[in-house]
Amino acid sequence: MKELSELTFPENLRYAESHEWISPGGSPVRIGISDYAQDQLGDVVYVELPEAGKTLAKGAPFGSVESVKAVSELYLPVAGKVVETNAALADSPELVNKAPYGEGWMIAIEPANPEEVDALLTSQAYREKLKG
Amino acid sequence: MKEFPGAGGLILNEPLLWEQGRRGRSGYSLPRPDVARAEPPAELAGEGPDFPDLSEAEVVRHYIRLSQWNFSVDAGFYPLGSCTMKYNPKTNERQASRPGFAGAHPLLPAALCQGALELMAALECLLAEITGMDAVTLQPAAGAQGELAGMLIFHAYHRQQGRPRSKIIVPDTAHGTNPASAALCGYTAVPVASNERGVISPEAVASVMDAETAGIMVTNPNTLGLFEENIRAVAEIVHGRGGLVYGDGANMNAVLGQVHMGEIGVDVLHLNLHKTFSTPHGGGGPGAGPVCVRRRLEPFLPVPRVRYADGVYTFSDDYPLSIGKLQAFWGNMGNLVRAYSYILSLGAANLKRASQLAVLAANYIKERLKGVYHLPYDRPCMHECVFSDKLQQAHRVSTLDIAKRLMDYGYHPPTIYFPLVVPGAIMIEPTETESKETIDRFIEAMQAIAAEAEQSPDTLHQAPTRCRRRRLDETAAARKPRLTG
Repeated sequence: MKELSELTFPENLRYAESHEWISPGGSPVRIGISDYAQDQLGDVVYVELPEAGKTLAKGAPFGSVESVKAVSELYLPVAGKVVETNAALADSPELVNKAPYGEGWMIAIEPANPEEVDALLTSQAYREKLKG
Repeated sequence: MKEFPGAGGLILNEPLLWEQGRRGRSGYSLPRPDVARAEPPAELAGEGPDFPDLSEAEVVRHYIRLSQWNFSVDAGFYPLGSCTMKYNPKTNERQASRPGFAGAHPLLPAALCQGALELMAALECLLAEITGMDAVTLQPAAGAQGELAGMLIFHAYHRQQGRPRSKIIVPDTAHGTNPASAALCGYTAVPVASNERGVISPEAVASVMDAETAGIMVTNPNTLGLFEENIRAVAEIVHGRGGLVYGDGANMNAVLGQVHMGEIGVDVLHLNLHKTFSTPHGGGGPGAGPVCVRRRLEPFLPVPRVRYADGVYTFSDDYPLSIGKLQAFWGNMGNLVRAYSYILSLGAANLKRASQLAVLAANYIKERLKGVYHLPYDRPCMHECVFSDKLQQAHRVSTLDIAKRLMDYGYHPPTIYFPLVVPGAIMIEPTETESKETIDRFIEAMQAIAAEAEQSPDTLHQAPTRCRRRRLDETAAARKPRLTG
């Protein structure tokens, strides 16, 4: 596993304490898991995602990610409607490890309350949280 | 120079069965048929499976050689946390092999298998007495099916009360199968975080227990190896709001004869005979997961149930509120015989002593390895203790590396990365069957590995080096499983 200083948390994203990221601004917005989350999980072997069209509450589980170590639930950082899921993860779950903020994105949602997105942690605040 | 069990030695190669044998070779012969030969209907006929043609010796050597690449509790120390890999006494096998048990066909009429039914009835009584519960079903095939049976009983109870409920509280230190069993029964699992002492707090339960919640699933002792000391207060809250308490008895090996599960508020409890009661496991089964209940839930137990009247044992389906049948036939009978043999061999006083020694052994390991490995909850534990790789991370050594290196020393690795509340968890359960010498040698191996982690971390990254196979590519195996020969 990596040191905190070796992990990247892009400034243009917002982060949840449950280690998901969300790309703020506009709609729909993409969601994935942070570099810290993928590093802690280890090699991802399966990603379970919801069907498009589903409306979920803030904090609701929207899927799960299975690594060689464990199965972990994924929590929606803000309320919204799922409009798209990353189909590439079905055959290539390793994208979550290789490019957690890029090709490893998981779902795109239309946020119910866009202001919820801005209330999430900034890159700096998330890094501070991880320092504990 | 200390001698650890791990050593190099001659290990025989063994190809896949499909790479062996020769067309027409055979290791069996069928008895002469005593009915007329008949052709099957065309719709049932087809190509047979692609099985290789092998002699008896080829098959026997194949599996013996593979078993020599493997590790078993008969070969060495196996401290796999929460699995209770205690030694399985050979007398259990002897009793289970008796022709009256081993040869009894499950469709025999009750009149021709009175002994088997008597054993089932007697085992139910013993398990009820040991746990402090009132009635028992032996039917569930293993722990997870026992949990499902428990959830079905919860559901049947609430339906009978006229108000089915939709949620179940599951603390984060419960066994991983609990939320799955609840979900399989249609319940939504509501997670509750354990407190800073590693146990459930009554306040946390009170904040989520409502009229929609069917009850709580508690693993006690929990997966941190800690006794849920607030269980009575938790049970009072749940009962006060109309719910039931499920006890996951997977960790019963810590509390045999010590805790009266009925009195601390548990309504339904499953046991793992393949853990606590020394029936074999480790190859995926068969297990046995009896479910014990308090009197008011007895009407919901699965059918058929063994009944005794006028000197005769019979099976009865006459329980209208029953959740029904859980599997074909009556349970994994061989394991019921083994567990009965174990209970009678030890007797009440020694069962209690077994738990005391299991707890003592875990605490001994905890105290001696504390400081060498990080101990996240530094307080007396029950039958297992949980460390983490926090101190070794500075040398880029992870829990996985430590576990792999233990194999070189000749030990089965402990459970790793579980419970999830401890990052990099190493969960050690020694059980009562190991001698102090064995445990001391294991502790020395763990100390030696911690020293290696500091001085030559690469030794750990390369491990195991003495096993037939080196570090397996678990990622590729999970991403691209190959399930055929």
